Amino acid sequence: MILTKGRIMKVFKILSLGMALLTGIIIAISGTTVTAEPVKVGFIYIGPPGDHGWTYRHDIGRKDIEAHFGDAVETTFQENVPEGPDAVRAITQMALSGHDLIFTTSYGYMDQTLAVAKKFPNVKFEHATGWKTADNVSNYGLKLYQSRHVQGVIAGLMTKTNKICYVASFPIPEVIREINTFYLGAKTQNPNAELQIVWVYTWYDPGKEADAAQAMIDNGCDVITQHTDSPAPLVTAEKAGLVGFGQASDQTPFAPNAQLTGTIDNWSPYYIDRVQAVIDGTWEGHGTYFGDISEGAVGMAPFANMPQNVMDIAMDVRAKITNGTYFAFTGPLKDQSGTLRLKDGEVADRAMLDTMDWYVEGITAKYPD
Amino acid sequence: MDASSISPTLLIASLIVASTPIMLAAIGELVVERAGVLNLGVEGMMITGAICGFIVAYETGSPTYGVIASILGGAALSLIFAILTQFFLANQVASGLALTLFGLGFSALIGKGYTGITPPDLSSPNLGFLTEIPFLGTMLFKHDYLVYLAVAVVLLVSIFLRYTRQGLILRAVGEDHSSAHALGYKVIRVRVLAILFGGGCAGLGGAYISLIRVPQWAEGMTHGAGWIALAIVVFASWKPLRILFGAWLFGGLTVLQLNLQAAGVTKINLILFEIPLQVQYLTMAPYLITILVLVLMSARALSNAPGSLGKSFHVSS
Amino acid sequence: MNWRTVPRIIWLIIDPFSVSLEKRSEPSKIWTALTPVLAVIFTMIAGGLLFMMLGKDPFLALKVMFWDPIFGEMSFYFRPQLLVKAAPLILIALGLSIGFRAGIWNIGAEGQYIIGAICGASVALAFYPYESVFIFPLMILAGGIGGWVWAMIPALLRTKFNTNEILVSLMLVYVAEQILNSLAIGLLRNPEGNGFPGSRNLQDYASASNLEIWTGTGAHWGVILALGFAVGFYILMNQHLLGFQTKLTGQSPRAAKFSGISPNLLIVICLGLSGMLAGLAGLFEVSGPSGQITIGFNVGYGFTAIIVAFLGRLHPIGIVLAGLLMALTYIGGELAQMQLALPAAAIQAFQGMLLFFLLALDVLSNYRFNFKFRKAS
Repeated sequence: MILTKGRIMKVFKILSLGMALLTGIIIAISGTTVTAEPVKVGFIYIGPPGDHGWTYRHDIGRKDIEAHFGDAVETTFQENVPEGPDAVRAITQMALSGHDLIFTTSYGYMDQTLAVAKKFPNVKFEHATGWKTADNVSNYGLKLYQSRHVQGVIAGLMTKTNKICYVASFPIPEVIREINTFYLGAKTQNPNAELQIVWVYTWYDPGKEADAAQAMIDNGCDVITQHTDSPAPLVTAEKAGLVGFGQASDQTPFAPNAQLTGTIDNWSPYYIDRVQAVIDGTWEGHGTYFGDISEGAVGMAPFANMPQNVMDIAMDVRAKITNGTYFAFTGPLKDQSGTLRLKDGEVADRAMLDTMDWYVEGITAKYPD
Repeated sequence: MDASSISPTLLIASLIVASTPIMLAAIGELVVERAGVLNLGVEGMMITGAICGFIVAYETGSPTYGVIASILGGAALSLIFAILTQFFLANQVASGLALTLFGLGFSALIGKGYTGITPPDLSSPNLGFLTEIPFLGTMLFKHDYLVYLAVAVVLLVSIFLRYTRQGLILRAVGEDHSSAHALGYKVIRVRVLAILFGGGCAGLGGAYISLIRVPQWAEGMTHGAGWIALAIVVFASWKPLRILFGAWLFGGLTVLQLNLQAAGVTKINLILFEIPLQVQYLTMAPYLITILVLVLMSARALSNAPGSLGKSFHVSS
Repeated sequence: MNWRTVPRIIWLIIDPFSVSLEKRSEPSKIWTALTPVLAVIFTMIAGGLLFMMLGKDPFLALKVMFWDPIFGEMSFYFRPQLLVKAAPLILIALGLSIGFRAGIWNIGAEGQYIIGAICGASVALAFYPYESVFIFPLMILAGGIGGWVWAMIPALLRTKFNTNEILVSLMLVYVAEQILNSLAIGLLRNPEGNGFPGSRNLQDYASASNLEIWTGTGAHWGVILALGFAVGFYILMNQHLLGFQTKLTGQSPRAAKFSGISPNLLIVICLGLSGMLAGLAGLFEVSGPSGQITIGFNVGYGFTAIIVAFLGRLHPIGIVLAGLLMALTYIGGELAQMQLALPAAAIQAFQGMLLFFLLALDVLSNYRFNFKFRKAS
């Protein structure tokens, strides 16, 4: 074969076409292997998933992520991480080992999350129930007080001794606002209702929670609610033949005759949303998600162990809160000392809710200091 | 709200319940210390008993088997301590601390799958008409078996130590092990048996918390009850009947603190001045009172501590 | 043949070789150095068995726990963390070891740690927001004095009333915890903290923060002082009279009294010293890795340090090594938790086993096994 210019050009064209095709195939293959690498999502838990409360619901969120995304996402978790320098280590470990998104599920991890986030600008962090954010740190929480208000309504109607009680954890704004809204709910139905509060200074300690509930039962209260993470207060109520509310998850298996309803934290919609954002590349920091009952983020266990008329009233209040026509923190509202906090018609804004450090008028217990 | 909403009968009833676990652990430790051994591992033995009892009760469905398992579990853990201190002549303080650490870790490990479960209910004896008595009925006669068992154990130990020959031998071993050995008493055997008894009692106390009082399992749920039991032994000057008062005092202060909070009492009015009652001060009170009692007792020239307490016994042949 | 035959045969074989323990006139130096090593090996074996029972590959678990933090791929991060975790343990254990040698049992180091941290942090918060190079030294002083004072309570009660210092110091731990909780919610609470319990974060306050001196090493002032004190104590114990006095008191209290050592003075010095060091450890933690006074600030270093002291044979150099080993179990344990889903409680069980084996093996250095061959009679 004689090498003519034409033939050389033909070979050249075939070769370059081949090269282009080959390059395209290689890029395509590496492209698919790149996207096939799963997104790694990590969770830092304050307690055990077996607490059947707070951490349990976060873990369900994690499992829902796995179910929803299948092989595209890989999740890991570390439980019982104490707040403090150990948390820094745990979060750093996750960041170092290739996690793309890390959820730190307790207020006490706030400073630690931010410290680690500064060192790993390419990793994304989601911190639950705090207030500090950064370019790669978002905040998220739920409007649990919405459910709590309905519980207050039920409590006011169900109590026969006019004493309702609260096993409270730490005097922080999210707990205080729920105490307040619970009381307000009870008062709308029963102006004589009296609220007893015991502070146990822990999120999860079945022994202390049971003791606190027992002490209040001994003092005459007959409806129990809690802002701690185990089913112990409800079990104590059941043993005493009384009623109460579950916390963070449906605790009916523990107290079938005692649970009236309970708040169910539903983190899954938000979690799936955020993982999707990471996959799509649309994730942004500085978020301040505050899940609403209307979105299904705040659920309530089925109403039980109560007469029909109570259930009707409760459903009605719940419907009003869900469609936004009713909000417990609406003025005129005075605090315990008589100072006017909300003027007539004024509605509490996010800032007031996040920094609430006063009891509403009518609560006779002394504000902890 | 004021203190009048606190019902004394219910308060005392709760007090008795709260004092039972520490009473059991304390009486067990008292026997151990009277034999001359200081076992700081009470916390580890209590929590081991708690998880053993819980697991067996849950798996077999019988709370009675659970109670037996808790005694065996506590005793088994104390056997490690017995071997270390009596045969390997290891330092008792360190061995006890190692026991606590290991007990806490081990119990958390085997208890992994058992959080959030309710164990089978331990029934209470139906004391019929006794429960109808006003005041005393609710206070004393509506409790479960273990409450009465705890008091019975304390009384039996008191009789044992004071009136039986074996009790005398045990006390002799504790006071002066060299002389006891010279008299032909088997020092090591007595001490091992005492340690096992202490372990069993502590285990039972732990099971009370996990099977009856709460009732649930959670890591580390004894929360320092073992250390309080140690304090009660000293508070009681190593005399069994005083264990009752010590346990009631400690149990009582815990319960009182919660009741005062529930009743909304935040100050005590003492005519001339008010004492503010913060939760933390009330929680501190039992410990401060123990220190006070310790000082008062040691200030008197007579100390009731067994003479050989904490010393290793070794026959030099 | 009945059920007693087998035990009888075994006894026949063993009995002539009966073993007794004979106390050595002086602890064997070889065994004293060897026992910690043996204890670690035995613990790894027992730990491996434990992991197997939990369904984990024992070799992988041991590798993750002991090898990876020092030599693995992320060790550049973990090696400094070892120093961070070991520093408070070493500081406290050094202080405790002096008392332990003399039979003075300070079990309340945890309480002294807390009070030291509170005092130091209070000084810092009192000066906030002024910046000055004098604040940190003042904090150190406050921390040391705070721990010292808290340890003086059991010391004075022991010297004046002969009250058992084990129980008093232990009870004071719980009192200290309640004081901590009360201050974290009340007096020391961060006014800009949205009502949450806990003081201001001292790491954000330049004059008060105890940060890494050389980046990436994890070495903060607490680490430097821990190592410094270790050297100092080594000299103290070997060259100074105090070393002799504590050793003598521990081995023979009566001989010590005859030689003119004032037991009361020794008690005050030993408890005071250990309290001061525990307080310093607390101060360095609160101004460094931990950052703030809050509920649950104390994580049990005061108790773990007791184990470190024993593991280190009450010897300063041994304590440094033991502290690092303990830190390794903590950090390796956390790594194993994340990578192998090994429960956190496994670490505690592991540490307990380590001490068990050490205590059991200790018998070899203090006693000699005497095999007596008896003629069968």
